[in-house]
Amino acid sequence: MSLLTVENLRIELALRSGPAPVIDDLSLTLEAGKTLSFVGESGCGKSMTALAIMGLLPDVGRVAHGTIRFDGEELTTLPDTRLREIRGNDISMIFQEPMTSLNPVYTVGEQIAEVLRRHKGMSQRDAWTRAIDLLDSVRIPNAKSRVSAYPHEMSGGQRQRVMIAMALSCAPKLIIADEPTTALDVTVQAQIFELLRDLARDTGTALILITHDMGAVAEMADDVVVMYAGRAAEVGPVDAILKDPRHPYTQGLISCVPHLKADPTAARHDLTEIPGIVPPLSSFGTDSCLFASRCAHAHDRCLSARPKAFACPAGQFAACWLEADG
Amino acid sequence: MTDTFDPRKPDAEQPIEKPRSPAAEAWSMFRRNHAAVVGLIVLTIILAIALFGPILYPEDPFMMVWTPFSPPGEQGYLFGTDYLGRDIMALMIHGARVSITVGLAAAFVTVTIGITVGALAGFFRGFIEEALMRLTEFFQVLPTLLFSMVIVALFGASLPMITLAIGLVSWPAVARVTRSEFLRIRELEYVTAARSGGVRNGRLIFSVILPNAAPPIIVQAALMVGSAILFEAGLSFLGLTDPNVASWGQIIGSNRPYILDASYTVTVPGLAIFVTVLAISLVGDGLNDALNPKLRAR
Repeated sequence: MSLLTVENLRIELALRSGPAPVIDDLSLTLEAGKTLSFVGESGCGKSMTALAIMGLLPDVGRVAHGTIRFDGEELTTLPDTRLREIRGNDISMIFQEPMTSLNPVYTVGEQIAEVLRRHKGMSQRDAWTRAIDLLDSVRIPNAKSRVSAYPHEMSGGQRQRVMIAMALSCAPKLIIADEPTTALDVTVQAQIFELLRDLARDTGTALILITHDMGAVAEMADDVVVMYAGRAAEVGPVDAILKDPRHPYTQGLISCVPHLKADPTAARHDLTEIPGIVPPLSSFGTDSCLFASRCAHAHDRCLSARPKAFACPAGQFAACWLEADG
Repeated sequence: MTDTFDPRKPDAEQPIEKPRSPAAEAWSMFRRNHAAVVGLIVLTIILAIALFGPILYPEDPFMMVWTPFSPPGEQGYLFGTDYLGRDIMALMIHGARVSITVGLAAAFVTVTIGITVGALAGFFRGFIEEALMRLTEFFQVLPTLLFSMVIVALFGASLPMITLAIGLVSWPAVARVTRSEFLRIRELEYVTAARSGGVRNGRLIFSVILPNAAPPIIVQAALMVGSAILFEAGLSFLGLTDPNVASWGQIIGSNRPYILDASYTVTVPGLAIFVTVLAISLVGDGLNDALNPKLRAR
């Protein structure tokens, strides 16, 4: 049985103009110990999916349809008390902005120890010792003295390491990392990804990595979900999608990653951009391909009916009428 | 040379530059506000008089010790005697205890009600927020002096009742500050992060959000002590007070008919109230400098 199964998930936001589906008909599975990556541009519903799994949707959002099964339990109907036990214990989350995701009035050690005491019932002393071990395992130098530092005394990279230590503290089955490196320097980004990958591998933790960094996807992921405007554009194994992207949006995403060349004079292909912008939230529910307005291959059918996910030869599924035509 | 950066050593052996603790940081900001430091010194002296005065000056404030209206200095009575021939110095020391106790207790009541209402409204939003904020507005538009007079007149002029009455009319300001801070902080990522770690609502309110919302509430509470002292003085001046204890306001109130013949009987307690409330305000202003992160950047 898969660790996480999401089926036909639809999340609606209550807007003034009526409910709008920010996530529409999303299905995915994640096996224990594997890494799944959500890719897509800002506002396409990546973070919303993560929050839905955690049961932390904002007040205006609700799961309108579909199921989220985690480890044999249906999360969408679970009572709050049970959800709280799962949060931080079985599923934990790493946030985008390490500058603001730690509480400024407590030392990092207190914050890690607090999680351990809440979920594992550890004594203050044991939790503190464990916090030092955890900081050590996320490669924070001099963990013994850094454990009593306040978040504002640490660099962005170090804070993100603390967040990772906190996420790992209860040995969860699943970690959701929501753009964990967006706010960090490039060199630090690489370190954080490496750390996440090593730790996930060592502890057998499944990882959902939300990112728009295709390089990171290639490095980290086993499977990829390319999201566009709340819908899955393309789903499948990472090799298939990177080698043979079928959805025009995926093709666009991959071709807008710059490649470094050792020889600066060597010929390089132009960076392509995807013209246009994501359609407004109010049109998310329409029965058409939402990418059509930006797609070079769009034809009449794209505007009149929503494409379903078609199986592609390389093993992935792409929601594009081009696949149906063969 | 053990405490400098040495690139040849591994990371673990590098010196740790220990930044100052938040408390030390706040104190250094407070110290820069000279008026606040003066206020703190004055306030300390007043508190010391209230605490140790009765030991150092063991005169019974309610005993007739000399002829009424003897001017300051006569017979060794520093502030003279009042209309009943009581020693004003002893009354002042006794009154300091009463006034400051009422001030602190009323501020405590204010802050307790204000934080509870504001925190619940700001945290839960929706119907709870609507109901609580309408209640707050209801209390805010009541004429405060009149309302507290009604309470005291109805339920008896004892010190606890006066304290409660002051607290009941002053909490809306604290509730509004608390609510606005909660509204801001509840959307911050570390609150979501705490939720994602399975923290329950009670802990979110009191351990996660409240400590971060504390600075403006502390400032508000400090200022509340001053205004509570003033409020109590106002009520006592109008005669709404426990006749068995003498607060500064009551000394003024009871000597009011003789203000033209023996002005010192009201000047001395009036000055004491003025100086105390001013000192508290200055300290509150200094606390604002010390605790308000927006001012700290300057």
